Amino acid sequence: MIQPAASANVVRLTHVAKTYQAGAVEVKALRDITLEIPADRFSMVIGASGSGKTTLLNLVGCIDTPSAGVVEVCERNVVQLDDDSLADFRARNIGFIFQSFSLIPVLSAYENVEYPLLLVGMPAAERRRRTLAMLEAVGIAAQAHQRPNELSGGQKQRVAIARALVKQPQLVLADEPTANLDSANGAAIIKLMRQVQSDSHTTFIFATHDPQLISHADEIFGIRDGEVIEHRTVAAQ
Amino acid sequence: MSILFKIAWRNIVRNRRRSLMTASAVAAGALAMLLFLGYTTYIFLGMETGNVQRLGHLRVLRAGYFLYGAGNPAAYGIDGYHEAMKLIGGDVVLRPLINVMTPTQSLMGIAANYSGDNAASRTFLGEGLVPSDRDRMRRWDQYRTGLVFPADPRISDADESRGLIGTGLARILNLCVPLKLTGCPPQLTSARAGKPAGRVNADIAELAQRDASEQRTAKTAEIDLLAATVGGAPNVVSLSVAGAQPQPAKELDDAFVLMHLALAQQLVYGRAEHKVTAIVLQLRHSSDMPAARARLVALFRERHLDLEVRDFGELMPFYGQVIRLFSSIFLFIALVMGMIVLFAVVNTMTMNVMERTNEIGASRALGVRRSQIRAQFLIEGALIGALGTLVGAVLAIVIAAAVNRSGVTWLPPGNSSAIPLHLDVLGRPLTAFGVCVGLVLVATVAALLPARRAARLSVVDALRHV
Repeated sequence: MIQPAASANVVRLTHVAKTYQAGAVEVKALRDITLEIPADRFSMVIGASGSGKTTLLNLVGCIDTPSAGVVEVCERNVVQLDDDSLADFRARNIGFIFQSFSLIPVLSAYENVEYPLLLVGMPAAERRRRTLAMLEAVGIAAQAHQRPNELSGGQKQRVAIARALVKQPQLVLADEPTANLDSANGAAIIKLMRQVQSDSHTTFIFATHDPQLISHADEIFGIRDGEVIEHRTVAAQ
Repeated sequence: MSILFKIAWRNIVRNRRRSLMTASAVAAGALAMLLFLGYTTYIFLGMETGNVQRLGHLRVLRAGYFLYGAGNPAAYGIDGYHEAMKLIGGDVVLRPLINVMTPTQSLMGIAANYSGDNAASRTFLGEGLVPSDRDRMRRWDQYRTGLVFPADPRISDADESRGLIGTGLARILNLCVPLKLTGCPPQLTSARAGKPAGRVNADIAELAQRDASEQRTAKTAEIDLLAATVGGAPNVVSLSVAGAQPQPAKELDDAFVLMHLALAQQLVYGRAEHKVTAIVLQLRHSSDMPAARARLVALFRERHLDLEVRDFGELMPFYGQVIRLFSSIFLFIALVMGMIVLFAVVNTMTMNVMERTNEIGASRALGVRRSQIRAQFLIEGALIGALGTLVGAVLAIVIAAAVNRSGVTWLPPGNSSAIPLHLDVLGRPLTAFGVCVGLVLVATVAALLPARRAARLSVVDALRHV
């Protein structure tokens, strides 16, 4: 895995733009964004629906390519990478937590968490140790052998968090991870993410439209109509 | 790779109804193809067995006989055939390959029965052979078809005067009564055939006369065979007809005469040197045919013998035609079944890809490569194909065993009597294996298109899919 210096920026976007073609209409999802996200921080991208925060996360997560500009993740210009290299890069460096959990339905909670480690070719014993530790850390060890359809929404998201963190990535991207949860579960998930971020020193980028979650963030990026309109840094906790 | 298998297999189980329907289509294809393969194998092996029993694997002929000899078999006799047989039988390469080596004489002429009131004659096609060798040849059954014959007591090496004729020829020569043949309706006499219709009284009188005539028909089955000798002189011998034997084709049945080799030689060669038209070689195994043929050719070339070698396929083109016909039908069935399997698997895999679009997006985000997504769906298609093929193969074996035990008989084209139906599903193991592998391949190829589509999905679009 790439090990950037503790003080380095994990993400650097330089004049990044993203334009979609919706039929004859050209939609500018992101406009000339330049920003840096420091390592070991719980950063939050906040904005209304359609503001461009998911597009921003997709570019940072290397699952989409910009129409213009440079995207550097973990000190690597990912725009230049081919598809397989991007897949390998994601497998080693980026964890994802999705709004709809997106667990593999035919795999148990244990297998879902173990899956990213298989992709990086980790030996079986180390895989097992890490997977069990991660399930324990997110409080889902008792449900390790249950399939996603046997878990509640909160439990599914805990599995998703474990899956994102188990490979100890440089960066975890969470796109509205609490949107499909009730307020109690949502709060618990935020608390959990904050806790594991603090323990693992992984950089979290969290996209949300909920202003009430701002209090959890170290860095806040306000986004509207595809432009970053605000950047605030909260004192490190 | 094991995780891809695990995901593929669990998805098959998860969509069990859909998977079952698709696997059933594959199983039906495998069942139909393997049963038909079993049937064609039985036909092929049965035909080969019959031909080898009758004609042998290889025939050594005087050069030119194959193309021109039928018009004058006597002119193409093999000089010094005993020496040729000694040469072949003494060869260290050929000797272990040969099951039966026997001389045979083909001939033609006129067969006549003058023993009753209704004298009749007919041109005949004859074959002279050694009866004990014929019995041994008719026991050849390399493929265990069960289509073997016990020794025929009607003709023997000891009695050169006895022979067999086709049932058609027996009927034509008025030998139905002495040979106790059925299916011989009263025939028109030459006198009645020329009479005008409507003379009722005369007809009744003639019927009475005909009945009386039939009762007087000779009780012995003795016929005369007339042929031209090598020198062109007419020659006649008497044949004591020991029985009638139906032949596959009516033309042959109406003209067939089988006799002792010595009698045939006496008729064709008279007092001249006795020759034969062919030395028949029946091998222990059909697979030795190319090697035996090559050795014979080399041997004859080495000794400057004016002989050629022909196999039973050349002597019986019908055999090759039937094989080609059944093979083309098999290919047609395979094509239809392949198309059914193809569409069934394409349909199922397309639905699977659509339903799992979000999962594909998530997997790709986790770092799964496009090729791994493609492999996952290909594995799924292959597993469905393998499952269906396995079920189809097991069903085919069970059904074939049931049919083989049921004792069902059938009448093959060209056969004179019904024989047990046998489905030899594993008779050609390589072809059966090829059918199974082919179906799994078709299922895999069918999954290719949806798999490619899945692999090409944009991660972002796939994740948006609900």
